[in-house]
Amino acid sequence: MAEETLVRPLPQAAARPAQRNRWGERALQINAFFAYFFLYAPIAILVIFSFSNSSFAGVWGGFTFDWYIRLFQNARLMEALRNSVYVALISTTLATMIGTLVALGMERFRFKGRTSLDAVLYLPIVIPDIVMAVMLLLFFSTALQLINGMFGTAMRMNLTTVIIAHVAFNISFVAVVVRASLKSFDWRMEEAAQDLGANEWATFRRITLPLILPGIVGGALLGFTLSLDDYVIAAFTTGPGFSTLPIEVFSRVRRSITPEINAISTIMLLASVLLVVASQIFQSRQHR
Amino acid sequence: MARTIAVELASVTKRFGDVTAVDNTSLQLYDGEFFSLLGPSGCGKTTILRMLAGFEYPTSGSITIHGREMGHTPPYKRPVNTVFQSYALFPHMTVEQNVAFGLEMKNAPKAEIKTRVVEALEMVRLGEYGNRRPRQLSGGQQQRVALARALVNQPEVLLLDEPLAALDEKLRKEMQLELKGLQERLGITFLFVTHDQEEALTMSDRIGVMNRGHILQVGNPIEIYERPTSRFVADFIGETNFVSGTVCELHGNIAAINTAAGQTLRGLAQQGVQVGQPVTISIRPEKVFLTPISNGTPPTPPSKHMNAMPVQVERINYIGSDTRIIVRLHDGNTFDVWESNTRSTLDRDEYWQPGEAALLSWPEENALVLTE
Amino acid sequence: MAITQPTLTPEAAAPRRNWQLPVLLGPAAFWLFWFFLVPLVVILIYSFLTRSATGGVDWIFTFDNYARLLSDPIYVTILWRSVWIGGVATLICLLIAYPLALFIILQPAQWRSFYIFLVLIPFWTNMLVRTYAWMTILNNNGLINSFVTGLGGPRLTLINTEGAVLLGLVYGQLPFMVLPLYAAMDRFDFRMMEAASDLGANKWRAFLRVMLPMTAPGIAAGSVLVFILSAGNYIIPALLGGNKVTMIGNQLELWFRTAQNQPLGSAAAVLLMIMMVGGVIIYFRTTTEDDR
Repeated sequence: MAEETLVRPLPQAAARPAQRNRWGERALQINAFFAYFFLYAPIAILVIFSFSNSSFAGVWGGFTFDWYIRLFQNARLMEALRNSVYVALISTTLATMIGTLVALGMERFRFKGRTSLDAVLYLPIVIPDIVMAVMLLLFFSTALQLINGMFGTAMRMNLTTVIIAHVAFNISFVAVVVRASLKSFDWRMEEAAQDLGANEWATFRRITLPLILPGIVGGALLGFTLSLDDYVIAAFTTGPGFSTLPIEVFSRVRRSITPEINAISTIMLLASVLLVVASQIFQSRQHR
Repeated sequence: MARTIAVELASVTKRFGDVTAVDNTSLQLYDGEFFSLLGPSGCGKTTILRMLAGFEYPTSGSITIHGREMGHTPPYKRPVNTVFQSYALFPHMTVEQNVAFGLEMKNAPKAEIKTRVVEALEMVRLGEYGNRRPRQLSGGQQQRVALARALVNQPEVLLLDEPLAALDEKLRKEMQLELKGLQERLGITFLFVTHDQEEALTMSDRIGVMNRGHILQVGNPIEIYERPTSRFVADFIGETNFVSGTVCELHGNIAAINTAAGQTLRGLAQQGVQVGQPVTISIRPEKVFLTPISNGTPPTPPSKHMNAMPVQVERINYIGSDTRIIVRLHDGNTFDVWESNTRSTLDRDEYWQPGEAALLSWPEENALVLTE
Repeated sequence: MAITQPTLTPEAAAPRRNWQLPVLLGPAAFWLFWFFLVPLVVILIYSFLTRSATGGVDWIFTFDNYARLLSDPIYVTILWRSVWIGGVATLICLLIAYPLALFIILQPAQWRSFYIFLVLIPFWTNMLVRTYAWMTILNNNGLINSFVTGLGGPRLTLINTEGAVLLGLVYGQLPFMVLPLYAAMDRFDFRMMEAASDLGANKWRAFLRVMLPMTAPGIAAGSVLVFILSAGNYIIPALLGGNKVTMIGNQLELWFRTAQNQPLGSAAAVLLMIMMVGGVIIYFRTTTEDDR
């Protein structure tokens, strides 16, 4: 599904029709213009008003950088940002390793229970994040209650439970992306390496890993973005006092709309653009 | 001449699920020979190669290389190297790194790797290309890199899996000669797997013809072409005409056969052919004579050791070096005749015309009596 | 090759070693078992339990939760609203995205990458941020209202309406529709359109009879995806619908965090999951491996 299209190369043109329908082409152009306008106008407005010197987000009050400066002086926001990056880095690292291994196993071998594992791998992608969130909330609270009751501890949900939850859904996303890149991997490369005297580990390290690395990096970038952007699952699996940036932003947005939030949003937007550019560069490398 | 055995397959069987790819097959390769396994797609030839390389393990039977049992030895511990069908060059490494890979895996000293890689690339005339990536090379160049990458390890046996299949005709011919020359110079045993009979005939010391998991015949190229021992081999190698009938007489190694059309034909019989047995006669199209019949009176055959039958010319295909004529026998079957165009002329009358009556004849030793 | 074919499948690429499968699959199996399958079972069990007076659960087995969800008009309304808003959002996305994908694929190669890049940016951008952008526009003292009231017009109620939620969903999910459609069109050989016109079909009929059926797997993939993301959405109805437009995602939050009715919430979550998984299974059944 869409995850696969992320790593799909932008391939060569099939033959395009030489003669075109003028009227139809015009209609397509108009639709495209409005679609892109629709996609980008709200974002543009958001960015513009982050520089507005007025505490109402809908009113232009002259240009200022104040909101950005305030942002960096806001200890709560900065802590939430640190938490987000911490959660995203750790969960992405774990999910990338686990997801890559399972992708290799799934694409490489036929074994008993493969179809079931395939289904379980797809489920976290298919079910809505809110369902995943309440499921994990119920699980963590039940499990912690049980553990605390048995050992007399007082463990609560915190960033660790968020990391566990993020790994749980990111394994699937990483696996989908890596599996897509393994589909175009020529397994005879491994035979050739073994034929030349490389054992299984040397074959993996010298041949397989370098060749599927773009896929792995693509999967990791997707996982990192999903973790960084996630509000719903993080909000349900964290405990009081442990906010990530989306949690912090969400609670502010619900209270009021201020240019300060526009400023945070602009920065988050910038981070996303950088991630797309990075993933595009890696894709074009893979299909050089 | 006493020759040492390089590779021995003893009663090897390989099954994939219900499919038997190689069925109780035995085979010996001698040191320094160029051996081809020839057969149609799916005959099991590639499976034999893969079992030798270690990519597949036999279901039963034993495989030894210079007396050492290979059984379930992984590919990286075997003294063989492979040239793959589409080369399987590592795209993320330069030509040099590709060639050096095997030596690195053996932990050869850096200096030695360097000199041997240079030598190997010189050997395949790619000395200049060490820093290129595989995809920057032409098909023929990639092919030679694959060869250098395998040979630099000095394997006891080199396995080649249809390595020329992806090249165009002209390049393929060149590479055939180059491969053969290289093999003679290095003296390494080559096992060459191909479905192209011309390729096998050109290069091999010996050929094993395979079909449906069995090796039907092993012999040098001349034996394989001139004395096929089965209908399949006769049909698969080159082209041939088949006439079926029953053995009615045996004189030494010459058998007389009654055909369904009531003629008596003679041919060279295999050992074990018995009177009364249903057989097939194989006659190659270039091993017969076609002589015009003028005024309806057939000329007498030159000798009693000639087979002869009147035919009618049906279709003439001029293909340059040969003229291929399809004639119709009296029983209604067609028969292919190839005549070499030894004379150069534009005069159409010098060639056969459709509808012409002719006499088809051949010496009895040009026909083979096959039992299967 | 008929017989040697099995050797080309990855499984036969090299004989498998005993340690390989556990190493490759073990970590994922462990993680998904404990942090996905077990929670799944837990929520399934909860969905059959009874809410206790204190907001916890009593271990009394019952089907009541499901019965209530499917009979209580409040919940039926919420479920129905999720389905129809999700369905309409999907349809609108499709109507915009199909011509957009067609426009992109018809551009020269270097421009095509650029136009797809423009779709990828919102695809990768935080949904929260993109929804917030609409809040600043639709809010009671947002951009539109300050413009309208500035001209002396009345203050319009734009936010906290079904229309706002629908707009937000279309805006949010449009890239998820464009990308599968683009992928399907990219696999489509446009020479087939020439073949169709050679056989006497005009442009429109060639499109209806050839291109549309051949890109149908992309339509199916995009629609399933957008429907799941829309009908089960939490953020967009929460921010653009407030508590005026409650969808199933918001009701789930209410049950689990505020109202403390975990059994009823569990039943709703299970129901939602079944709906989504069912949709995906239908999608996988009706399209072959090649189509996807």
